[in-house]
Parts: sequence; structure tokens; C-alpha cells
Amino acid sequence: MPGMESPPPLLEAVALTKRFGALIANDAVSLAIRAGETHALLGENGAGKSTLVKMMCGLLQPDSGELRFAGEAVVFPDPATARARGIGVVFQHFALFDALTVVENVALGLPGAEPLGSLARRIDDCVGRYGLSVEPQRRVAELSVGERQRVEIVRCLLGDPRVLILDEPTSVLTPDEAEGLFRTLDLLKAEGRAVLFISHKLDEVRRLCDRATVLRGGRFVGEVDPKAETSASLARLMVGAEVPRPVRVAAHKVGAPRLLINGLNLPGDGSRGSALHDIRLEVHAGEILGIAGIAGNGQTALFDVLSGERLAPDPESIVIDGTAAGGLGPTARRALGAGFVPEERLGHAAAPDMRLSDNVLLTTHSDGAIVTGGMIHRRVLAARFAQIVERFDVRFGGRDPKARRLSGGNLQKFVIGREVLRGPGLLVVDQPTWGVDAAAAAFIRNTLREKSAEGCAVLVVSQDLDELLEFADRLCVMYDGRLTEPVAVQATSREAIGLAMGGAHAA
Amino acid sequence: MLDVAVTGAVMASVVAAATPLLLASLGELVTERAGTLNLGVEGMMIVGAAVGYATAYGSGSLLLGTVAGVLAGTLLSLVFAGLAVWLAANQVASGLATTILGLGLAGLIGAPFVGTRLDGAPELHVPGLSDIPLVGQVLFGQDAFVYASLVLLALVGYGLARTRIGLVLRAVGESHVAAHALGHPVRRIRTLTVMFGGACAGLAGAHLSLAYTPFWASDMTAGRGWIALALVVFSAWKPLWLLVGAYLFGAVSILQLHVQGFGLGIPAQLLSALPYLATIGALVAISVLKQGRGAPAALGVPFVPDR
Amino acid sequence: MRLRLERQEHVPVLGLVAAPVVALAVTLLVGAVMFVALGQDPLRAFRIYFIDPLTDPWTLQELVVKACPLLIIGVGLAFCYRANRWNIGAEGQYVAGAVAGSWLALATHGTDAGPWVLPAMLALGALGGALWGMIPALLRVRFGASEILTSLMLVYVAQLGLDYLARGPWRDPQGMNFPQSVTFDAAATVPLLLGEGRLHAGVMIALVVVAAATVVLGRTLVGFAIELGGSAPRASAFAGFDERRVTVGVFAVSGALAGLAGIIEVAGTIGQIQPAISPGYGFTAIIAAMLGRLHPVGILIASLALALTYIGGEAAQITMRMPFDVTRVFQGTLLISILAADVLVRYRIRRVEGKAHA
Repeated sequence: MPGMESPPPLLEAVALTKRFGALIANDAVSLAIRAGETHALLGENGAGKSTLVKMMCGLLQPDSGELRFAGEAVVFPDPATARARGIGVVFQHFALFDALTVVENVALGLPGAEPLGSLARRIDDCVGRYGLSVEPQRRVAELSVGERQRVEIVRCLLGDPRVLILDEPTSVLTPDEAEGLFRTLDLLKAEGRAVLFISHKLDEVRRLCDRATVLRGGRFVGEVDPKAETSASLARLMVGAEVPRPVRVAAHKVGAPRLLINGLNLPGDGSRGSALHDIRLEVHAGEILGIAGIAGNGQTALFDVLSGERLAPDPESIVIDGTAAGGLGPTARRALGAGFVPEERLGHAAAPDMRLSDNVLLTTHSDGAIVTGGMIHRRVLAARFAQIVERFDVRFGGRDPKARRLSGGNLQKFVIGREVLRGPGLLVVDQPTWGVDAAAAAFIRNTLREKSAEGCAVLVVSQDLDELLEFADRLCVMYDGRLTEPVAVQATSREAIGLAMGGAHAA
Repeated sequence: MLDVAVTGAVMASVVAAATPLLLASLGELVTERAGTLNLGVEGMMIVGAAVGYATAYGSGSLLLGTVAGVLAGTLLSLVFAGLAVWLAANQVASGLATTILGLGLAGLIGAPFVGTRLDGAPELHVPGLSDIPLVGQVLFGQDAFVYASLVLLALVGYGLARTRIGLVLRAVGESHVAAHALGHPVRRIRTLTVMFGGACAGLAGAHLSLAYTPFWASDMTAGRGWIALALVVFSAWKPLWLLVGAYLFGAVSILQLHVQGFGLGIPAQLLSALPYLATIGALVAISVLKQGRGAPAALGVPFVPDR
Repeated sequence: MRLRLERQEHVPVLGLVAAPVVALAVTLLVGAVMFVALGQDPLRAFRIYFIDPLTDPWTLQELVVKACPLLIIGVGLAFCYRANRWNIGAEGQYVAGAVAGSWLALATHGTDAGPWVLPAMLALGALGGALWGMIPALLRVRFGASEILTSLMLVYVAQLGLDYLARGPWRDPQGMNFPQSVTFDAAATVPLLLGEGRLHAGVMIALVVVAAATVVLGRTLVGFAIELGGSAPRASAFAGFDERRVTVGVFAVSGALAGLAGIIEVAGTIGQIQPAISPGYGFTAIIAAMLGRLHPVGILIASLALALTYIGGEAAQITMRMPFDVTRVFQGTLLISILAADVLVRYRIRRVEGKAHA
């Protein structure tokens, strides 16, 4: 508004640049957040959102450019300085300590040595004011993901921040919990605080945010009014091209069940991952069956017991292509024609510090050709590796880098390709596109679609409800170690699934 | 047999034998609670013993010797901290290297003193209390190291559980990533805890050469540093259980000496092996009981700050 | 401005080879300081320590003889360390192997037992070492007890056991009360390679061990499983490799090789049982394994370098009256330097503007 004296933005990043070796994570990125607004930071995985946030809260130092707070140039050498200035951050991966209590966790985020008793009273006050529910004396290890996020938010709020930064806050929440969070954010905005909301969920951003800054490939693309945009136009800004539409493979036959889960129970392993209670499921040839649910409801245990990393107490409770497999290890289950893709790419699906070609061996060592008589045939291995790279468009620098050097999308394409080329009759995939860029995600979904059309039974566990609604044939929900009855995607709604994710069925 | 004075003397010797174990394991417990596993205890301890003895012998002052022993242990711990904390090298290998270096250095420093003897640290009697049969003998007739170890134990126990420093320290040992994100100086805190561990190990060594024996002999720690490491596991990282564990081990080592003295026809070597076998037994027992609970979650994991 | 470490994307191959060389150089530098502190002329000390032994055929033989146990044990430890299992009790497994093999030598002493005795002793030695090594592995697998501490505690137990045997049941009654056994018969002795000197056939066994380990670690699925287990345990379980079998397996191999080294030393170099049969080979081999980058051929070179510190130490003890602990200081410094050099090759130091927080 020319002519009028508008106050300077509360927090402003001016042409921030950050390099990591050859990679330019942020290239002269600018962003301005004003008091009393909810501002979205949009971008794909790898667009540089996290780097920008880390510079704005003192965890990273920019190579060039400057930060301004209320119009005044500032330097945040460390998070404490940023916090003292009034910047509060809720990280995507919570900065919480499992073994400590809520009040201890909060104390660790605040300066000074306030007695824990008085701090607990302040937590109760804050909880009441903003409609959060948190018990100060509980240990964080016992809390659900949603509760943990509330602990983070309370810790931030007790520092009385003027700018609150939330990194992908809704990715771990049920739709219901997300609504609660939005109400809290509205209260904060009304108090004149500024909220920076980082997300890639376009519907939320359009609903909640007043303005949006879009990043792509480490560069500033534009600042827009999200309410004036469509989800499609925002996606175009983020991706820089039309987002490939999923191919719906038309009518194909659904055949006999290839995976049968029959009253599977699993005791808790003591640390994390709840136990499984009486899981029953049939996955048929030619279908994609999706399991929705918030992380921490037993998905990890389910994957481990399906892949054979944990054995089922009753061998008959898991049947792969007619053979009782509950008592078999991963290698024997693969021999039955099963293939598995875990959630964690680095450290579970692949060994981060081993070469990509060696990582091929992880799931193919007992398929014949590559290893015979205990000896590894390097030439056969190299051929298979080249085949995966070519067919699945895996891109990387160098000839055969360590797995940790690949981007999330490329590593995931490698991991999926490694299984698909084994020609499995059953594929169990945990979070197929988590942290993967849009193009790779579309490619992966299409690959799974094609496999199912060829008669493979595909079981997909995902936290991304939209993804499941888009490409699964049937859906069920995992909550507290239990599985709901699967329903055809066409016969259900986002709301119904959302309710079940919050445990409405179990109640 | 059950003469009160004899029983008292035996129990007092148990306390004396337990003290270096208690001191060294107390320091290591603090180091480990902040997330660093320092296998260099044996090396830091013996350097403390050698430097302590050499200084006390040269200066005639036990106090000066003790201070020198503590400093020597701390200095050697800095070598470990440089490797394991600042260069994020493998902690097991770094600790081993520290122990090997420490054993060598101690041998060099102690070589001129082999065969000499000192007047050991005096027993400090508390008038009145020391004359109480049994209790007085055990509790109030000890040297200053024993009292120091108990005071230190109380301080560490209180500090870890009740103070902000203790809270931050535990947080760093629980998750250095989260602690770093909240702005706590992870590597500085870990370095300080490693130094505390070194100081305690040095003090434990000084107790061996200045009060317990009191002379210098090559390899005189005889694996006590390793037993101290096992005690930390045995205590499930709780200071009070360290006291129980250290005194139990003190009892085992005194017991085997007395049984050897009686000459019951049991091979002396078997009896000498008892403390080591007991250590293995204790490690197995605690592993079965605790299933790994109680260990700081980030123990042994090197911290490299986000780039 | 501060210095800061950054992980390098490409580790130059040259750097991987350079790190041990740099570590050796740093160690020599520290050594010079130490010699000066001890009041010695560092140049003279270096000559006696590191040069003279290499110019004399007799000490060259001795060098190989000393490198032999380091090499065999070190190769075994490479199995453990690649799997990220910390066997630091090789010294005990070495003793256990020596005891197990010597039992046969003493049992057949003075009989006409044929040439089968020595091979059987070697097999027994390997078996004894393997069994002793499997104790910490089984305690870890079965109960979750830390293998680091239990394997080390077993060193003391093994040494005390040997001490008991040498002074008790196995003592030579005609030995004037010396704590040592009878001298082994020819059939129970590792033959010499050359007509004179001390170079024995154990060296050939060591070379076979290097060749076999190179193949197993580099070319087979077993070697891959070991490395995967150490590099990414969860990925290893996902690949279907049993972590417990790998743990027990690497301890068994490493114990067997340590035991083999023990019986070769007793039946080759010493020729009888004594209370002390090792100047700490089991611990020095840890350094050899690290310095050799856990590769059998690397360990071969590292063992020769470390053997030199033993020979030099003995020479310095005799000619300069320096305590043997100088050798231990050298070895400790070497391990510290190699660990540091390793990191500095993988990372590079960068100057950071402004105050970075640690």
C-alpha cells in the first residue's frame, strides 16, 4: 500500500544463501512474515525449506544475505539467541527426550533454572489457554505422536515467541487432531503473533494461511495469496511443471488371495511399536490394498512380522501363496515370491555406507544367478544393478556411489526397482512415497499399479491418506495395533477414514 | 572367629578396596550419562597412580601427589575427548587407544620408582566416633580418599537428579540431536563430562598408589578400570547402585585374599580370577534383569553436528 | 572464525592410503618428543629403534617371527570389527589356544607319536581359541551382556589359568622348580624354515590365513553378511542375515585364529609352556587390524610395522636402558594417530565465519 506507513515485517529473510559443498541448498531466498498472519512456506522435498528454517532459528549460518527482526538486521549464532529474540520452532522431527518427563523436556527448551514445580503450573496455564491437552508429569516415551507435538508447542509458547515456526506439523496428525491444531494457531494469530506454517499439503495451506512463499530447487519462486489460488496452480508453482496424473489401469481381474493374514497377534517388544491384535486380511492378486493410519499404531511391527524380521508366534497366521510363512525368515519368504520395501530407506532398505551395487545384494542374494555356492558373481551383480538403474531411472553422480549420497526419490526408485525386477507375486510396501519428490512419487505409484495389473498382490502401508485414496483399490485403517475391515475406496470417504484413524471405531 | 575387631578390620579393608572402584566408576557414570563411552578408564587410572606417586615421592606431599594424579587423569582424558567427541571417531577404539597409551606412559613415569615405598595416606579418626566398635572402625577410621569418594557420590547423585546441570547432561546423553536443536552445546558438555571421568579415574589411581598399597608397581591397576566400567553397567547408570556394586566387588577381592591366606588348597590363581569371573557374572545378571534398560539412549553414538 | 569439520562427498583413494602413512609420521614426531623428554638423543634412539633392526639379517628374521602372531590375530579381529563386534579379548583366546594345543604336546611327550601330533595341536589350538572366543559372543547373544567387557575379563582368567598350569600340574618335575613345562618333542614343534635362525613354518600358515581371509571377506556372501551387519544392522536383518549367527561366527573365527597364533608361538618360537607367552600380541593386534584398515593385506603390512616397535623396544632396552614401556607408548600413539587421521581424511576442516555453536 504505497503512501501508508506499514510496519516492517516481524521476521524477514533477505537473499539468504547456503551452500553444502557443491549443493546450493538456498540460493538468495527471501521471505517476510508479518505480525498477525499465518504464512505458508511451500515447496517439494529438497526445495530448501528446512535449510531456510534452520537459518531463521540459528541452527545454521547463512553464507550470505541477512535476517531482519522488526526491520533491524540480526544474527542468530545459536538457537538460544533466536529464542531470546522471540523465534519459536516446532520441528518435524521433535526435539524431545523420551526418557524424560514433559516438564523436564519443557525446562530444557527454556533459559534459566526455573523450579520444575512452578514450571509445571505454567504448563497447565498454557494448556488451558490454548486448548492443548498435556500432562506435565508424564514421560514423553508414553505419549502419542499428537501429544508429543503438543509438548513441543507448549514448550515454544512458554518462551512467549513472537514468531512461531511449525515444520510439517500436520503430517503426523489425524484430520481431527489437525483441526485442533488449526484452532490453536488461529488463537495465536489473534494475539498478534506470526505463524510460519511449512507444508506440502495444499488444501490446508489454502484454508489456513494468509500468504504463501513458494520455493523450488533452493530458489524463491514467488509469494502468493493461497486463497486466490487453486491446489493445481499451487502445485504447478511448487513442481514447475504439470504434476503427472496417476494412471488408473482400467479393468483388470482380481484373482486369488496371495497373502493371507489370519488372526495374527504379536506381543509388544518392550521398547516401541505397539503390539498387534488379531489382524485379519486377504490381499488378492491384481489389487492394491492400502493400510492408512497415524505412525506409531503398529505399522512398524506389522511390516517386520510380514517381512520375517520378526517371527509370528503362530506360523499359520501368515500365509504367502498357500504356504504358512509366519515362522520363516526374510530369505525364505522372498523365496515364496514375496518382496518388501521398508519405510526407512537409509539403514533399513539400504545400507547407507555401502555402494549402491552392493545394496542390490540385500534382497537378491538367494535368488540364484548372483550368488552361487556362497561366491558373489560381480559381473552378474553389475548387470542387475545396471538394469535397475536404467529401468527405474535412478539418477546419481559417479559410477557407483554409496547409498547415502542418493536423493530420497532416487533411492526409493532403486529400492522399489530392486524388488520389482525380482518378479514378486506379493509386494509389501511401507510408506512408498514418504519424503519423495512429486515426479518420483508418481512414477512409483504407477509402477505399483502396473505390477498389480500383472497379477501381483500389493499391500501398501501409508500415512498419506490422499495417496491411498488416489491409487488403492481397498482401504483399511490401523489403530492401536488393530486393523479395521477393508472397504472399497469408492465406498468410503475421507471423513470416515479420518475418524477411524483417530480410533473412532475402537471407541 | 567372629571377633568384632577382626570383623571390623575386614570390613574396613573391604571399604578401602572398594574406594578406587567407586571413584573411577563414578566418573565414568557421569561420562556415560552424557552419552560417551570411555574405555580409557584403566589408562587414566594408572597414569593417575604413576604421576601421583612420582609427585608425592618427589615433593613429600601426599596432597600434591593426589592433585597431580587427578590432573594427569584429566589430561589423558582430553586425548580421548579430542578423538571421540571432537573428531567423532569410534568410541570403543578411542578408549582402547587411551588405555594402551596410558599404560605405556605410566610405565615410563613409574620406572624410576619401582621398589620404593611411601608412607601412605593416614587414617583420619573422628574422636569418639572412631571408637564405636565395628561401625566406628569401618566408617570413621578411613583415609581421606574414602570420605572423598562418598562425598563425591552424594554430589553426583544429587547433581544428576536435582539440578539443571544434571538435567542438561542427561538430555545430551538421551538425544544429542534434540539437545543440539535446543541449543545446548553438546560437544562442550561431553568434553567436560569426559574430563570429570578422567579426574575421577586419576583420583582413583592416586588412591591406589598413595593410600591403598602405597607403592608403585607396573600394571598395578590390574584391570580395576575395566571392572569400574562393568560396575557402571551393573548399576544401571544409577549412582546409589554404584555404591552397592563397588562394595560388593571390594568384598569379593578381600574375600579371595583371606581365603588364599587360609590356604584351603584352592589354587591361588582360581581365587585371583574371582573378581573377573564375578564381573562377568554381574554383567550377565544385570543384562538378564534389566534387558538393556537404563542405558542412556545416545550412549556410544558419536555426534556430528548438522552441516 | 572457527574451524569446523565437514564430511567429504568423495574420499580420495590417495587419502585412504595416506592416512596410515600420516599416522606413522605423527607417531614418530611424538616419539622424538618422548626421547628428548627421557634425555636421549632422538636421532640415535630412532636409529636403534627403527633402522638398525632392518639392517641385520638376524633381526629381520625376528621381525617376521614377531609379526606372525600379530598378523594371524589381526586378520581374525578384522572379521569381528567389520561386523562391528568388539572383541578386545584376543589375548585371552591366544592363551586358551596355546593351552589347548600344548595339552596334546605334553600328553604325547616322550612317546613315539608320529607327525600327526603337530597338525592335531594346531587344530586343538584353533578350537580352544574359538571356544574361549565364543563365550562372550554367546553371553551377548543369549543374555545381552556387553562383549567388550566380558571378552576382556576373560583375558585375565585365561592368563591366571595358564599361570596355574605352568606352576602346577604342567611344571617340569626335572625343571629345578622353574615354572615351565618340559620342552616339546620334535613332533610337537613347528619346523624351522631355514637351517638356522628362528623363522618357522608358522609364517607360511599366516600367509595362507591372509589369502583365505581376503577371499572370504571380499568375494563371498559370508563376507558381505559380516560387513553389512557391521555397517547397517537393521538392513542386515532385512536382508535375512541372522545377527546372532554373525556375532557368534565372527567371534569363533577370531578366537580360532588367535588360538592358532597362540599354539604356533608356543610350539614354534617358545617350545614349552611358561606363565608368560605373549608380550601383549592380542592387544597389539587390535592396532594392527585398525592400521591395516581391516583388510588382510593391509594387516600384513601393519603387523610388520608393529613388530618393528617390539624389536626396536627390545634393542633400546638393552643398548639404551630404556623401559620397554616406550613400545607401548609408541603403539598407543599410533592407534590414536590412525583414528584421528582416518577422520581427517573423510572430513575436511573448513574455516567458518562467525561463531558456530558446538
